[in-house]
Amino acid sequence: MSWSIIIGILSSGIRLATPYLYAAVGETIGQLSGVVNLGVDGVMLMGAYVAFFVALRTGSLSLGLIAAAGMGGVFGLIMAFISVTLKAEQGISGIGLYLFGLGLSTFLFGITIRNVQTIDGFPDLAIPGLSRIPVIGEIFFQHNILVYVAFALIPIAWFLLNKTPFGLKVRAVGQNPEAADSLGVNVARVRYLTVTLGGMLSGVAGASLSIALLNTFQQNLTNGMGFIAVALVYFGGWRPVLVFAGALLFSTVNALQIWLQVAGINVPSDVALMLPYIVTILVLAAMAKRRVNAPAALNKRFERGES
Amino acid sequence: MSKQFIEQIQVKELVARGIVKRFPGVLASDHVDFDVHSGEIHTLLGENGAGKSTLMKILYGMYRPDAGEIAINGDRVRFHSPLDAIRHGIGMVHQHFMLVPTFTVAENVALGLPSSRRVLLDLDVVSKRIEELAKTYGLQVDPAAKVWQLSVGEQQRVEILKVLYRGASLLILDEPTAVLTPQEVDEFSETLRRMIDEGHAIVFISHKLHEVLALSDRITVLRSGRVVDTVPAVDATKAGLARLMVGREVILQVDHPEVAQGDVRLAVHGLSANGNSGLPALRGVDLEVRAGEILGLAGVSGNGQKELAEVIAGMRRPTGGRVLFDGTDVTGALPGKLLDHGLSYIPEERMVDGTVRDFSVAENLILKDHHRKPYAHWVFMDSAKIASESDRLIEAFDIRTPSRQTPLKSLSGGNIQKLILARELSRDPSVLVAAQPTRGLDVSATEYVHRRLIEQRSAGTATLLISEDLDEILNLSDRIAVIYEGRIMGIVDREDVDVERIGLMMAGVSEQAAGNASA
Repeated sequence: MSWSIIIGILSSGIRLATPYLYAAVGETIGQLSGVVNLGVDGVMLMGAYVAFFVALRTGSLSLGLIAAAGMGGVFGLIMAFISVTLKAEQGISGIGLYLFGLGLSTFLFGITIRNVQTIDGFPDLAIPGLSRIPVIGEIFFQHNILVYVAFALIPIAWFLLNKTPFGLKVRAVGQNPEAADSLGVNVARVRYLTVTLGGMLSGVAGASLSIALLNTFQQNLTNGMGFIAVALVYFGGWRPVLVFAGALLFSTVNALQIWLQVAGINVPSDVALMLPYIVTILVLAAMAKRRVNAPAALNKRFERGES
Repeated sequence: MSKQFIEQIQVKELVARGIVKRFPGVLASDHVDFDVHSGEIHTLLGENGAGKSTLMKILYGMYRPDAGEIAINGDRVRFHSPLDAIRHGIGMVHQHFMLVPTFTVAENVALGLPSSRRVLLDLDVVSKRIEELAKTYGLQVDPAAKVWQLSVGEQQRVEILKVLYRGASLLILDEPTAVLTPQEVDEFSETLRRMIDEGHAIVFISHKLHEVLALSDRITVLRSGRVVDTVPAVDATKAGLARLMVGREVILQVDHPEVAQGDVRLAVHGLSANGNSGLPALRGVDLEVRAGEILGLAGVSGNGQKELAEVIAGMRRPTGGRVLFDGTDVTGALPGKLLDHGLSYIPEERMVDGTVRDFSVAENLILKDHHRKPYAHWVFMDSAKIASESDRLIEAFDIRTPSRQTPLKSLSGGNIQKLILARELSRDPSVLVAAQPTRGLDVSATEYVHRRLIEQRSAGTATLLISEDLDEILNLSDRIAVIYEGRIMGIVDREDVDVERIGLMMAGVSEQAAGNASA
C-alpha cells in the first residue's frame, strides 16, 4: 500500500464521517435530555430529499441546506410531540418516524424528481496555507464546507452541554427530570428544544449526503446510516468527543472496505461491506459494561406529580 | 448574584385559613387552619393519609386548594406552581432528595437559576456563595464534589443549601431526619437552630415523636384531613401526641418477653456480593441468628442491607461465602428451594418484590404456595379452598379490604404489608428475613407489625430484622448488628445498647473505637 492510497483512505474516511457527525451530535443532545429518537434515518432521508429537490429547482445549494434543516426541525417537532406531549413509547414512535420519513421521501421523489439525477454539490474548499501541509493538509484541509462545519460542531456541542446554563438543564432533565422540575425547569420545553435541534441536525446530515457527498438522491439513499448514528451515540458514551472518534473509526473502516473493492483485492464484496458494521458491533459489545454516563431518565416518559 | 434573589421578600408570617382539597373519594384537607412565623419551628404531625403532604404541597404551590386562602405577611397569595412559591420566599426539602447524582454540588445548586454571566455558567460564583452559606448555617460540603459520592447526610445539606441559595426564608422540611444517623440528626438540629436564629420560619414534617418534641416550638396534629389540635411543644408528651394522631391509646413500645433461644437457624459466613452497579456491596459478612431470636441489622441505607436480604432470599448470587439454614449449605439456592427450607421473606420493596399489583388479594395471599396443597391438586387450583383460606387470613391479620377479589393495588400500604405478613407468617417460618417491614407505615400499622414479629419470635422463628429506623431495631431486637459499607462493624446485646455508640458504628467507626469514643 503506497502513501497516496493511505492518504486517500484517511481523507475519504473524514469525508464519509460528515453525515454521521451531524446526525450523531444531534442525537446525543436529544438523548442527554432523555429522549431516544430512533427515527434519525427517516429524518435524514427527508433532509436529503428536500435539500436535493430545492437545490435542483432553485440552483441554490444554501437554500437546499436551509430547507433540509427546516424539514428536519419539523420532523423533530413531530417526534417531540409524540414522545413528550403524548408520552408515547419512544422506541416505537422513533421507528414510526423512520418509516414515515422513508415512505414520504420515496413518494415525493417519485412524483417530483422521478429518475436519478445528479447536481454539482458543495465544492471542495482548500484552506489557504493549511492545505499545503504535506499529508495533513491533504487529509484534513481539502474538503467541502459541510465537512468543516461538522468538525466545528464537536467543540460547539461540548461547550453548549458543559459550559452553559442551557446545557446544565439538558443534562439535568435527562438524569433526574423530577429534580429539574422541582427547581422550575420546564422539562417539556427543554426536550422539545433538544429533539427539534436533533431533527434539524439530522436534516443537515441528509443534505450533506445529497448535495455535498453523493450529489444525488434516490430511494433510501441513507441505507441505514441514521441507525449507525444512533449506535455511535452509545458508542461514544454520550460525549461529543468520543462520538466523534466513533464516527471517524466507522467511516475510516468504510473507506478502507470501499478501497478493497475498488482495488480488486480478493475479498468477497459482501464481507467487505460487512466490515464497518462488524467493527461497530465488536466495539459496542466491548463497551457495553461502561455505560456510566447514560442519562438515567433515558427512554422514560416524565409524568409530573398530580396538580 | 442575580438581583431577583436579593429583592425576595422575607416571610415574617404565613397564614393559611380554611384550606380544602378534595381528591376523588377523599377529602384530603378539610378546612385546615395553619400558621407559621419567622423564628419558629412549627411541626405537622399525623398518620399517613392524615393530610400532611397535601397541606405541604399546597403551601409549596404543587397543588391548588379548592377553597381557603394563604397570606404572607398579611398579603393574600396564590401559587400556580412551585416557582411562584419560590418567588415568595418558600423553599422545600423533599423527603426523596431532588438531586442529580452525576452533577457536582454547585451544578445542583445552579440548576434552573439564571447565570450572572448570561449564557456562560458561573459555577465559580455559585461555589463561593455556597461556601458562605455553608459557613453561616454549619452546612459543610465541598461545592466541587459529585453528589453520588456524598453521604446521605451531606446530600441533605445540599438540598437545604439549594433552598437557602434561592433566598427562601420559609423552609418546608418533609421527614428530613428519616435517613440520618443519630449524630447527623444532632448536627441537623443545630442547623435548624441557626436558621431560626437568622429569622427563618420552618415547617417540619415528621412522625418521630421524640424528635418532634425536641425540635419544635409548636405542633399541629392532623387526622383524616382535619386539624385535631395545635399545641406548644413544651406542653406535649409522646403518649399524648400519639393519642391525638391515632384517636386512641397507642402502645409505643411493644413488650419484649423472655424467650428461650434455640439452635442457630440462619448463619452466613464471609458473605460477599455485588450490588446492581457491579461494585462490591457485601464484603465478608458473618452473622448468626438463633431460634427465638430477633437479630436487628442497623445501618444507613445503601450499606449492603438490601443485597444481604436478597442473597439470603436467593434473589442475588453471592460472589463468596456461605449461607446455612439449620446447618445445611444453601448458598446460591433458588428462592423456591429456600421456601422449602422454611424461609419467609418480607421484602423491602413491597410493591415490586412482595406482591403483584394487578392480582387480587386472594391471589397475592397464595403466591408462594399456589402450586401445592391445600391450594392445588395435581395441576388444578382448588378455588373453594383458596377462598376459605384467604378469608381466614384476611380475618386473622385484619387486612382491610372490600373483598378477597379486590385488586391489590387499591389497598393502602399498611394493608398491603399486613397481607405480606399474612402470607409469610402463616407458612410457619423457621427463618424470617424482614427488610424495612414498617417503612412508610403509620403508627397503628407499625404497632401491628411489631406485635406480629414479637409473636413470631415467641413461636421460635429466627428473625433477621433489617431496618433504617433505629428505634424499631432497638425496640424489637435481642442483638443488634451494625452494617457499614458491606461490613459488620460490631454486634451488641440488647442489654448493652448505647445509642451513641451504634450511631458511630453506623458512620463507619469500628466497634472498639466507638466504644472508646462514647465511654
